[in-house]
Amino acid sequence: MSDTPTPRRIPDRLDKPLKSAVFSWEALLVVVAVAIFIANSLASPYFLDPWSLSDLTFNFTEKAIVALAMALLIIAGEIDLSVAAIIALASTLMGMAVQVGVGTPGLVLIGIAVGLACGAFNGLLVTRLGLPSIVVTIGTMTLYRGIAFIILGDQAYKGYPSSFAFFGQGYVWWVVSFEVTLFLVAAAIYWALLHRTSFGRRIFAIGNNPVAAQFSGVRVGRTKFILFCLTGLMSGVAAILITSRLGSTRPSIAQGYELEIITMVVLGGVNILGGAGSIPGVVIAAFIMGLVTFGLGLLNVPGIVMSIFVGLLLIVVIALPIVWRRLRREKLA
Amino acid sequence: MKNLFKYREAWLLLAIAVVVGLISTRFPAFARPDNLAQVFNDTSILMILALGQMVVILTRGIDLSMAANLCFTGMVVAMLNAAYPGIPIPLLIVIALAVGLVLGAINGLLVWRLDIPSIVVTLGTLTIYRGATFVLSGGAWVNADQMSPAFIGFQRAVVAGIPVLSWVAIGVIALFFVLMTRTALGRSIYAAGVNPTAAVYAGINVGRTQFVAFCISGMISGLCGYLWISRYVIASVEVANGYELNIIAACVIGGVSIAGGIGSVGGAVLGALFLGIISNALPVINISPFWQMAISGSAIILAVVLNARGERRQGRIILKKAEAR
Repeated sequence: MSDTPTPRRIPDRLDKPLKSAVFSWEALLVVVAVAIFIANSLASPYFLDPWSLSDLTFNFTEKAIVALAMALLIIAGEIDLSVAAIIALASTLMGMAVQVGVGTPGLVLIGIAVGLACGAFNGLLVTRLGLPSIVVTIGTMTLYRGIAFIILGDQAYKGYPSSFAFFGQGYVWWVVSFEVTLFLVAAAIYWALLHRTSFGRRIFAIGNNPVAAQFSGVRVGRTKFILFCLTGLMSGVAAILITSRLGSTRPSIAQGYELEIITMVVLGGVNILGGAGSIPGVVIAAFIMGLVTFGLGLLNVPGIVMSIFVGLLLIVVIALPIVWRRLRREKLA
Repeated sequence: MKNLFKYREAWLLLAIAVVVGLISTRFPAFARPDNLAQVFNDTSILMILALGQMVVILTRGIDLSMAANLCFTGMVVAMLNAAYPGIPIPLLIVIALAVGLVLGAINGLLVWRLDIPSIVVTLGTLTIYRGATFVLSGGAWVNADQMSPAFIGFQRAVVAGIPVLSWVAIGVIALFFVLMTRTALGRSIYAAGVNPTAAVYAGINVGRTQFVAFCISGMISGLCGYLWISRYVIASVEVANGYELNIIAACVIGGVSIAGGIGSVGGAVLGALFLGIISNALPVINISPFWQMAISGSAIILAVVLNARGERRQGRIILKKAEAR
């Protein structure tokens, strides 16, 4: 998007002295997260309570689950703006299934299958026809949500079975909700996939230079296709969680989530131009966004005003290292 | 004739003619000039916005904050009008342009001076501008009864048979046509998008050109802020929520390449008009308005597929062959 591409490098795991770990993006994020945590606990007496901390997780885990897969996709140099629409479509079709008496296992299956199918359609358009993903997914986001609107109109689906409520409202142990457990398990899986497998290395290679990756024997198209499928799959999972938590479906469900999810990923240190990023960064960024919105919520700040903080956070966190680097370069010169 | 159909505009015009023709076989009234003029008027704001977006996309950027800018500026002029009904409309329009320009310049400066990708910058400012609208208004609405008759009536006044809103759109289209094809700025906007490196060697300041592009899209958003509020006579935080993607969709359908450097004023206008005709035609042919979204989505996907066939470059073809093996 900008005229001078930012330098991209394949992060090299062999060379990582302590200094680079201390000054890493993740370390900066941890500092920010701790600062917000302390500020929150000073600002509101209700913050430091196991149950409110548990409530805190509910407002970001659904988005964060999608952000994990989105991070891989963005590292590979693509993007998916249709995730929120996939959530809406999957939720709508689950609602339809409820009306004909499908039980909880069937609903889960439908959610996952719809997500996977939508992701695969995005992937086919991008990799088979060689189209830019940003416009393809603007198109499919309108299409998917459009189908949800055709099915539902101004109606809503209700009457989900009571056993279905566990996914979005249940607790695994004490204050640990099913949602946050699922998120942490998914984060561990995605961390291993990105940072510990050859598939993950290929994602970085594609993001840094797709042409070079192609000629090095990486199946660029197929890898990207898999990543679109994964993003669709995670959107399907998020649809199950959010539908279960709300207990009803409207076609406007999860409206605007795509931009919040991308904000999470970028805040997590993933280069929007592809080629760099890490899962721990995304996980910390997800917690930061949860902390900010929940803390401000405890202080009775309306949701729309919180979005100012999230937007500022995004720009400031991206701009700071750039300004800092530039100042240091001037000092050296 | 064969040459003519090399141009996307010709194909789009044909597609629009086919759609209008199909509808008029069942509802002849749809193709009547007065109805088509009505559709044009309904689509005016989208056309103007699409032109502003096009300039940014041409320089390889994207402006996701246009709808939020529109919402903020609209709230500013609506509140000014409610508090001081005496302010003349031309002055309000200048204020709208100025507020929009400032918001656009913020985007532009962040992209130019800090080299942050425009999609990240405008993603951030999108939420900031909309949040700022809430802070400014305290969550309250400005309703029709708080607006002065001149504020609401300006764009509805009929001059030479068509409303002022349509004249504004025609004026903006003409202005952009001259800007993009007859001025050094317009040509450097194309150059910066087609090949930034070559543009630098040609003496064009690419970063500054991007900055100017964001200023233009900001001013356009500001202007449309006033037009939108006075047309739908309500100013709230929810105004034009999610509309940024409609604007980009109009550009994409109009053949503006998201990779930059390719696109024309005629294309963007026709892309917007195509979406406008679909949304106006659905109620006429008795299809539920809930179908509109899915139809525009399909149109966007189709347009992207067609665009890609025209744009594929030499280097990519070699790579495609390697991939096929």
